Order: sequence, then C-alpha cells, then structure tokens
Amino acid sequence: MRIQTNHRWLLFVLRNISLLLFVFIFVAFSLFNERFASLRNFENIILASADVGIVAIGMTFVLLTGGIDLSVGATMYITGAVVALMLEDGWGLAASIPCGILAGTLWGCFNALLISRVRIIPFMVTLGTLTAGRGLGLLITQSRHISVPNEMRFGAVRLFDLAPIPVLVFALMVLVAVVILKYTPFGRQIYAMGNDGEAAKKAGLNTTRLTAAVYIISGFCAAVASIISISQVGSVSASFGRGIEFQAIAASVLGGTSLFGGVGNVFPGTVIGILLIQMIQNGLIFMRVDLYLQEMVKALVILFAVFVDAQRMSLIKRLERRNIRLEKRIARPAEAKKLEWTAWQ
Amino acid sequence: MDDLILQFCGINKSFFGVKVLKNVSIDIQRGHVVGLIGENGAGKSTLMNILGGVVPFDSGKLLLDGQEYAPRDPAEAAQFGVAFIHQELNLFNNLSIAENFFISGFPKWRKTPLIDRKRIRLAAQEFLAQVDLNVSPDTTVEKLSPGERQLVEVAKALSQDARIIIFDEPTTSLTTRETERLFDIIERLKSAGKTIIYISHILRDVLRLADEIVVLRDGEVVKTGPRRDFNIQTMISSMVGRYLGTLYPERASQPTDEVALEVRHLSKSGIVHDIAFSLYKGEILGVFGLMGSGRSELAQILFGLDTYDTGEIVVQGCPRNHRTPRKSIQQNMAFVTENRREEGLLMTATVAENMGLVALPRYATSTGGVIRQSLLSEAIRNTVSSLRVKVNDAFQNQAKGLSGGNQQKVVLGKWLMNYPSILIVDEPTRGVDVGAKYEIYSIINDIAAKGAAVLFISSEIEELIGVCDRILVMGFGEILGQFSKSEFNRERILQTAFREGGK
Repeated sequence: MRIQTNHRWLLFVLRNISLLLFVFIFVAFSLFNERFASLRNFENIILASADVGIVAIGMTFVLLTGGIDLSVGATMYITGAVVALMLEDGWGLAASIPCGILAGTLWGCFNALLISRVRIIPFMVTLGTLTAGRGLGLLITQSRHISVPNEMRFGAVRLFDLAPIPVLVFALMVLVAVVILKYTPFGRQIYAMGNDGEAAKKAGLNTTRLTAAVYIISGFCAAVASIISISQVGSVSASFGRGIEFQAIAASVLGGTSLFGGVGNVFPGTVIGILLIQMIQNGLIFMRVDLYLQEMVKALVILFAVFVDAQRMSLIKRLERRNIRLEKRIARPAEAKKLEWTAWQ
Repeated sequence: MDDLILQFCGINKSFFGVKVLKNVSIDIQRGHVVGLIGENGAGKSTLMNILGGVVPFDSGKLLLDGQEYAPRDPAEAAQFGVAFIHQELNLFNNLSIAENFFISGFPKWRKTPLIDRKRIRLAAQEFLAQVDLNVSPDTTVEKLSPGERQLVEVAKALSQDARIIIFDEPTTSLTTRETERLFDIIERLKSAGKTIIYISHILRDVLRLADEIVVLRDGEVVKTGPRRDFNIQTMISSMVGRYLGTLYPERASQPTDEVALEVRHLSKSGIVHDIAFSLYKGEILGVFGLMGSGRSELAQILFGLDTYDTGEIVVQGCPRNHRTPRKSIQQNMAFVTENRREEGLLMTATVAENMGLVALPRYATSTGGVIRQSLLSEAIRNTVSSLRVKVNDAFQNQAKGLSGGNQQKVVLGKWLMNYPSILIVDEPTRGVDVGAKYEIYSIINDIAAKGAAVLFISSEIEELIGVCDRILVMGFGEILGQFSKSEFNRERILQTAFREGGK
C-alpha cells in the first residue's frame, strides 16, 4: 500500500496512540511527583488494575461480537454477596468462592439466554439485569456492609515470591483469553461473527451459541473479578462493583476494541487500556485532587481518550486510502504540515 | 457424450403466493461454463439460491450426478461441492485469508482445542496458487483489493472441494485487468473439470465465457442453447421478450450555454490533479474512467464528501471553499453514489422513508418543523408512480426487497423530490438489467430536459456515447481528454483513457 511519506509518522502515532498516551501521562504525573515514577507505585497501579482488568477481558469478548454487557457491576455484587454471606455463615473459602463464581456465571447465563434465545437487544437486557442484579444483591444482604474473615483477605499475599495473587490471576486470565481468541476456532469465529453476523450464519457458524458464550464468559470474568476485589477490599458493601462497566468498556475501547464488533484484542489492547485508566486514577490521588472531583476528572479524561480514539480510527482510514496518483513529493514542508493540521480538524 | 452433472427438473417456487419459478428444467454438462441471463426479477437469483441451499424449492426435482439433491442450508450445499460466490462477497475482512477458508471447520493441532495454523497456512497457500494469487495466506482480507478478494473467494470454493461454482455478477467491482484475470481463472477451472454457472448483466462477457447460455424470463426458461446460437441482440430480445430497437432513449432537449457548475484547477494530493471543466444547464456530461481513475473520488469532492487542497468549485456562480454535503444539498446538488447498497439506501427502511429523506425539510412546517405527512406521502406516491418503481406498497416494503433497478430508481427518486439543479450520478446502471437501464436513462434525460445539469460517471463507454452530450475522459486522477458529440468514438475514448498520464 502506498502511503505518502509525510503521513508515515502520523500513522505511527495514531496506531500506537494508547501506548503513547500511556507514556505521556506517566511522564506528566512523574513531573508532578517524584514518587509517582517508582517501581513500587507502578506495582500499585497493576495491583489496582487486576479486578477491573479481569472484567474488561470478559467485556472485550462481548464487544468483539458487537454486543455490550452493562450488568458486570451487578454480577460482581451478586458474587460478592454470596461469598460474603457464606463466609459469615461459617462456610470455608473452598465452598464459598466456587459458589460465588457459580452465582456470577449463572447471572451471565441469564443474559446469554435473553440475548441469544429470546433475542432482546444486549443493551436493554444487560441494563435490565444490571438493575435486577443490584436489587438481588441488596435483597440477600439486606444492604448490609459485610466484612469478610482474614483468610479471605489474600489480596496482598505474594505467591511463590513472584507477585501478589490478584496480579497473577489477572495475568493468567489474560493469557487464557489471548489463547482462546487467537488460537482456537471459537475465538476466530467470534471475530468472524463480529465482522458480519449474516455471513457467519451463512458459513454455518452457530451464532446463537457463540453469542451465548461471550455473555457467559463475561459473567464468569466479573465473578472472578469480584473475588479478587473482595480479597483486596476485605468487605462487601451496597456499592460494591458499582460503575465498573464504564471502566471496563472504556479500557477495551482505549485498547482499540471497536464497539461495532470484529476489531480488538485483549493483549496488548485491553491490558494497556486498563493500566492507562488506573494510572490516571492513581496519578490524581498523588496530585491530591479533591476526592469528589476525582471521579469527574477521571470520567472526563476517559471520555477524551475514547474521543481521540474514535477520531484516530477515521483518520487512519482516510490516510491509508489508496492513492490514485503517485505524487513526486509533497510541495513544501510547511504546506505539508498545514495539511496535517487541517486533517486533524 | 452427455455427461450431466446437474439437472433441474420442473422446479417450481413461490414466495408469498407469487410464482417466481415456473417449471424450470435445465441440464448442465460437467466441465462446461453456463451463462445464466435474464432481467432482474426473472428468477436467476432464486434458482441459484435453491442450488446453493439458501432457499428450498416447492416442487420438482434437482439431480446432482443423477442423485436427488435438496440442500437444507449453504453448509450442506458446500458439502456436496456447490459453491456460491455472491455479488457481495462472504468474506470476513478482519480475518486472514487462511482463517476465512477454514472458518466453519478448523483442523485442530494434535489433540488440543487449538487451530493447526501451520496446516491451514499450507493448505491456503496451495489454493491461492491455483488462482494465481501471490499473497501470503496470513494477509488480512481487509488489505486486499476487490479483485483479489474475488480470487480469494474462488480459492475458498476450491478449498472446499467445489465441483460447481456459481458466480453472481462477479465483475461489478473489478478493474479491467482484474476482470481479465478472473476470466483466465474461470477458463482454467473449466479445463480442470469444474462446472461454472456464470450470471451477469454484461452480455459481452457471457458471450465470451459461456459454452451454453440459458435465458430466464418471468421465472421460465425462454431460450437455451450453445453459444453459437446467440448474439447480443438475440440475448437482449429473448431476455426482454420483445425487440428493443434502441438501447438508449432519444434526447428531447439541447444543452444551454448557462454554466451550472464550474471547476477550476482542482487538486488533491494523491487523488486528483488540476481538474477543470464546466457543466452547463440542460447538459448531460459524461465522465469516462476505469476503476481507479479518480472519477468517483472527483464526484465525492464535488459533492463535499471529501476535501481538496487547491482549486475552486463554483456552483451556480457562487464559489464555495469549504464544502459539506449539507451545503451542496442546499445549493440543489444531488449525488447518486456508485454503491447504492451501502451509501445510497437505508436497506432496512421502507421505500417511502428512503424517498423522503432528502426532501424532508421541504415538507416541514415553517414554525416548529413538523413534517406534513399527507403532503409528503402524496409526493412520494407521485414519485413512485412517475419513476415506475415496482413495489407493492412503498410505505410498507423495505428497500432491500427491491431488485437492483428498482432500488436505483428509489435513490434517484429521493433526489428528484428535492428538484436538483445539478445531478451527479456515479455508475447509475451497475447491476441493473437492460429494461431498467432504459428507464434510468429516460429519467436522467427528463431531468436534463427540465434544465438540470447532469454529470454522468460511468465505466461503460457505450452508455456514455448513447446518453451524453459531451464526454470527459479521466485517468490517473486527471482529465485526459474531452470529446464532443460529433467526435464520439469508442476506440479513441479507450485509447485516451489508457494513455500514460501525469507528466
């Protein structure tokens, strides 16, 4: 493909914008506070990314099919409520955690059933199960704030002297997700369906089952994320998991996943996306931004990043368009710059 | 000597009580190329959809190698070795070529659930070689040109061990060179013993490729025989059912000398260079160019869908620099894009909704902007009947259910309802049958007769010669020549288009 030389660097920037944004924000925060750029703080960022990151993995599966799962926060809450109540009742970790994960996965199955069989649009279904799930959680906990026993607070425990458990679980989930998406028929068929659902059906793919699978995966991921979150926070309250869908969707989109399906990946895409979001959050704390202001700033920054991302996609498309004529060279550098500037507008 | 691979025996099919296939019987010889022609709505697609397992048939018999054959879905048809290459390709753009070949059944690596990537790559390479496509099987389909994608689709059919390959209008988005290449491949497939069914409105191509030609009209086989029994004229008359004396309607008016659109030194880096021409009121100005000549890109710039670097576009005497489609529409410009499926129509909206789209502001109340539904509906009804759009109920039927020619009339109607003074049409008759073509030319003539200026972009020289007052030839993003009506000459226009450009 012939691309004009003066666009090459611009394309490079655009293609790697989330990585560059990452570096840029990192440097910016580091200038404000020297402790920000420490290894320790970096570990904190990764540690804080684990639970949202796991949710974002499941979300990426769903987005790849062109769907959406708004109910992940509620799924987390249901799982959290089941685990906390069972632990309170004296069931051990070995019983509570699997039951909690099962509960969350079942909530995902419920989404899957309504979307793939009853064929209600994902946005409405998951908006409904978000509300219903929150209600269910409140009902079974009576909206109590439940603290969990110490053995559940394993969030800071390092395994094999390597890394804290949440980070390891996150890494494992990323690995499994990458293998599934890239190297299994199921994964490739998800991409195919996201690209063109009609064509997928014509090619003999079982689109009903594929659709169902991604919502179940999303439910499972949210459930695992819930366990990780409890292990770090040490309690389950009525606001547990609230608003996580925004961060998870934003992370996927920042990482290059298209909301229209068929485009995106978990690694590096979604992982970079979530680290970026957590870094912003972490940096705001370092800068001692007012706690109430933080939420707004965070949302604005994420929205801005997603906006840049959307602009980037259309710009890449324009720049990559095949040229009809092979111009000898672009007239003058100054004019070339002006051109790029207008391209940004 | 008869070695029949496929026999249609008295096939009948109705949709909602309308008979679309009536007692169709066709015998197809193994290793032959069969050209299937007919107007839109003649039943070609339905017949092929039956063969490809997309729809079932009502009665009759289908014999494949003498065995009864009734595929339930495309996957089953593929198992029997029937591959259907649709006009809109069924490839997944975001996947690699190799992945596309095996999407419905990946071979596994040993006993793991993982894809055997090495095997699919090797297999894909082999089939790509058979169609002379020299690209890596790991290439994402997105990065291929339309012609290459078509070949990938052929290779995919071969990878599924197809014995019968159906091509439905395969050349509509190909360049001349790509078309030649496809024809070579088809010849080669034929000598390898594959049976080909070739559907096209481009009769020249059918005449060149086919061993036998089958003509369908109103769901019936009206004529069938070896190629030597046919020429273009007999093909047309048996398709249409009457003798079409002229393919092009008479012009009822003359161009004026009032300039409607003037373009001066228009350039966009890498796309078009130093374009200059004037378009007069009442004139039909043809723009001839092959795929990739910059003709469609020019149209998009003129309508404000794309930017330009230098130059001027003067519409009805007002120079405008930063154009947008909205401004263009306000200045009474209209643009029928070359891609009606994706850009021209809202396929799932009704015919009426599509038609009303551009002219909506005309039917809104001056205060509050509420649509006056009864006025609008009446205008839509008038347009539907004056353009003779064949649709049961314009207010109920979706645009996607219409044939290509009728869809194009809806697109034209949408703009006509806004009374355009400058109309740009880009390949308005692509994928449209002979009868509907004539009607589209008549509509364009009428618009010109009413004083509108028409820019008619096409890659078919014959239709430009038949319809236009003047022809510009484009290539390499430049205007390479201009022909007035008295100078029209097929060979000279082609020569001009192929001339090396841009010194």
